Amino acid sequence: MATQNTKTLARLMMAPAVIVLLVWMVVPLAMTLWYSFQNYNLLTPQNVSFAGFFNYVYFYTDPAFFESIWNTLVLVLGVLLITVIGGIAIALLIDQPIFGQGIVRILVISPFFVMPPVAALIWKNMIMHPGYGVLADVARFFGAQPVDWFAQYPLFSIIIIVAWQWLPFATLILLTALQSLDSEQKEAAEMDGANAFNRFIYLTLPHLSRAITVVILIQTIFLLGIYAEILVTTNGGPGYASTNLTFLIYRTARLGYDVGGGAAGGIIAVVLANIVAIFLMRAVGKNLDR
Amino acid sequence: MGSITLKQVSKTFGEAKVIPSIDLEINDGEFVVFVGPSGCGKSTLLRLIAGLEDVSGGQILIDGKDVTRNAPAERGLAMVFQSYALYPHMSVRNNIAFPLKMAKLDKAAIDKKVEDAARVLNLTDYLERRPSQLSGGQRQRVAIGRAIVREPSAFLFDEPLSNLDAALRGTMRLEISELHNTLKTTMIYVTHDQVEAMTMADKIVVLNRGNIEQVGSPLDLYRSPRNLFVAGFIGSPRMNFVKGENARSHGAHTIGVRPEHIDLSTSAGAWRGTVGVAEHLGSDTFLHVNADGIGTLTARVGGDLPVRHGDQVYLTPQEGRIHRFDDKGLAIK
Ligand SMILES: Nc1ncnc2c1ncn2[C@@H]1O[C@H](COP(=O)(O)OP(=O)(O)OP(=O)(O)O)[C@@H](O)[C@H]1O
Ligand SMILES: [Mg+2]
Repeated sequence: MATQNTKTLARLMMAPAVIVLLVWMVVPLAMTLWYSFQNYNLLTPQNVSFAGFFNYVYFYTDPAFFESIWNTLVLVLGVLLITVIGGIAIALLIDQPIFGQGIVRILVISPFFVMPPVAALIWKNMIMHPGYGVLADVARFFGAQPVDWFAQYPLFSIIIIVAWQWLPFATLILLTALQSLDSEQKEAAEMDGANAFNRFIYLTLPHLSRAITVVILIQTIFLLGIYAEILVTTNGGPGYASTNLTFLIYRTARLGYDVGGGAAGGIIAVVLANIVAIFLMRAVGKNLDR
Repeated sequence: MGSITLKQVSKTFGEAKVIPSIDLEINDGEFVVFVGPSGCGKSTLLRLIAGLEDVSGGQILIDGKDVTRNAPAERGLAMVFQSYALYPHMSVRNNIAFPLKMAKLDKAAIDKKVEDAARVLNLTDYLERRPSQLSGGQRQRVAIGRAIVREPSAFLFDEPLSNLDAALRGTMRLEISELHNTLKTTMIYVTHDQVEAMTMADKIVVLNRGNIEQVGSPLDLYRSPRNLFVAGFIGSPRMNFVKGENARSHGAHTIGVRPEHIDLSTSAGAWRGTVGVAEHLGSDTFLHVNADGIGTLTARVGGDLPVRHGDQVYLTPQEGRIHRFDDKGLAIK
């Protein structure tokens, strides 16, 4: 497959797809880049002019900027922590031969099929609502004061909601990895005197390392852009307590009608996401090479 | 120390009765080989002894102690799997050290034992490698190393050589036999390879559909098979079976003659036939002869016999080498 002929042919065949992808990526990026250097406010659309780095400086000096980056990190790491640990635990559980295994597996996977705004609304109005949410009922049952989740722990509440949505994904990937573990290896470890805990530490966990890497990489990409859950629950508040970078860009561009500022924020977000990606690939990506 | 006794051990998977009931005595230091056709329950029996499967009935005793309900690790046995089952993310050193680490030995003792085992198995140069960087034979040796460092009371092998090529199989066969001679530990070895069974075993256990057909030394089984199944299973090429008039003249329902116990002549003999396929192995030639009124017979003859396809030949079974069986398939003494 490595002759000059096949290479040329392969490139020719791939060219249309690559070109479409490139256009698709490059055009929006170029437009964003263009607007980020413009004074362009939707309230005064006739006054469009070159702004230099003003938009960047403006976005950077926004007092909410660092808070939103911090919130983004907490959100991503919190969800990753919960989904990876929870995913391993659930995968281990539903890998056991139990009655009704098929149904249980479908139930476990189902949160993934619920659209993010719907899920967030259900959590907001039916579970975490201080008045008629399930958690409030439970609190009252025990004679405690119901917690107003979105006012008192806004970021934590969003982490819970997002983790609930992503847990099935992590579980699914980890479950398939778990099932590919050679049963003879498990038996060998059993004969070697390893108890269940040691088998998990020395055999299962190393075997899962690649799947965990995949979960972390894919989820990070999506979690950096969390937006709908924030919009329908806390709307970024109170103050900026649950505003992440994506939501700050939304606030700037849509609530402030500042297209230029939003575009600059977008470019900053892209740069930061790339830094995170490089960092991630360095840290965990080597697991994929084996 | 490692005598193993099975008392009426049985195993069912759901509806399927894989092992009806087995009694077997394995003495300390013996090399016992389980043979039988595919699916006859060899692996299952081995896994029952290892404790990887629960028995459905009966008892397993090791050194006279009832271990039927004990976990695998408590039985003091070591197993070598067909797929080697090495831990892929650990170095060879850590693979071999793993059982010792689980037994909470101190570091110095572990290192010493691992290095001793590596020396015995010629693995010293590979200790820091991963299993994926080893050849099949080396992996097999690592698996054996992992088994011997525990100093088990018995080794269990499940077709350990079936993934290796013919030459390597020969070498490893010798190495395992030598290992048995040095360690003098009980070994139970599952195989469907005739040569492995005949050359390595002190005692062969022939299994068929979960039942023991015969237990005995390799030559016992070869010389006096107890029934048709054992007679057909032990020996390569297979024993020839002749029924009908020819058998009745010997006072039997069926007679069996091994290919190596048939004399061939171009002029006269007991049975006449035409040569079908001739397999020339150099030292020997296996002739498949279509004997008139009998069917296909296999005969082993010297390497350079001048017969060709379609030639007419006469076959004569050697007197005293004819095995006689009654209508139930049991050997007539
Ligand atoms: N976990 C199981 N569940 C149901 N049936 C099983 C199970 N394990 C084995 N069997 C059945 O038990 C029988 C014996 O299997 P076993 O693996 O012991 O055969 P074997 O003699 O080792 O064969 P081979 O030479 O092919 O390895 C087979 O018919 C198999 O289908
Ligand atoms: Mg088997």
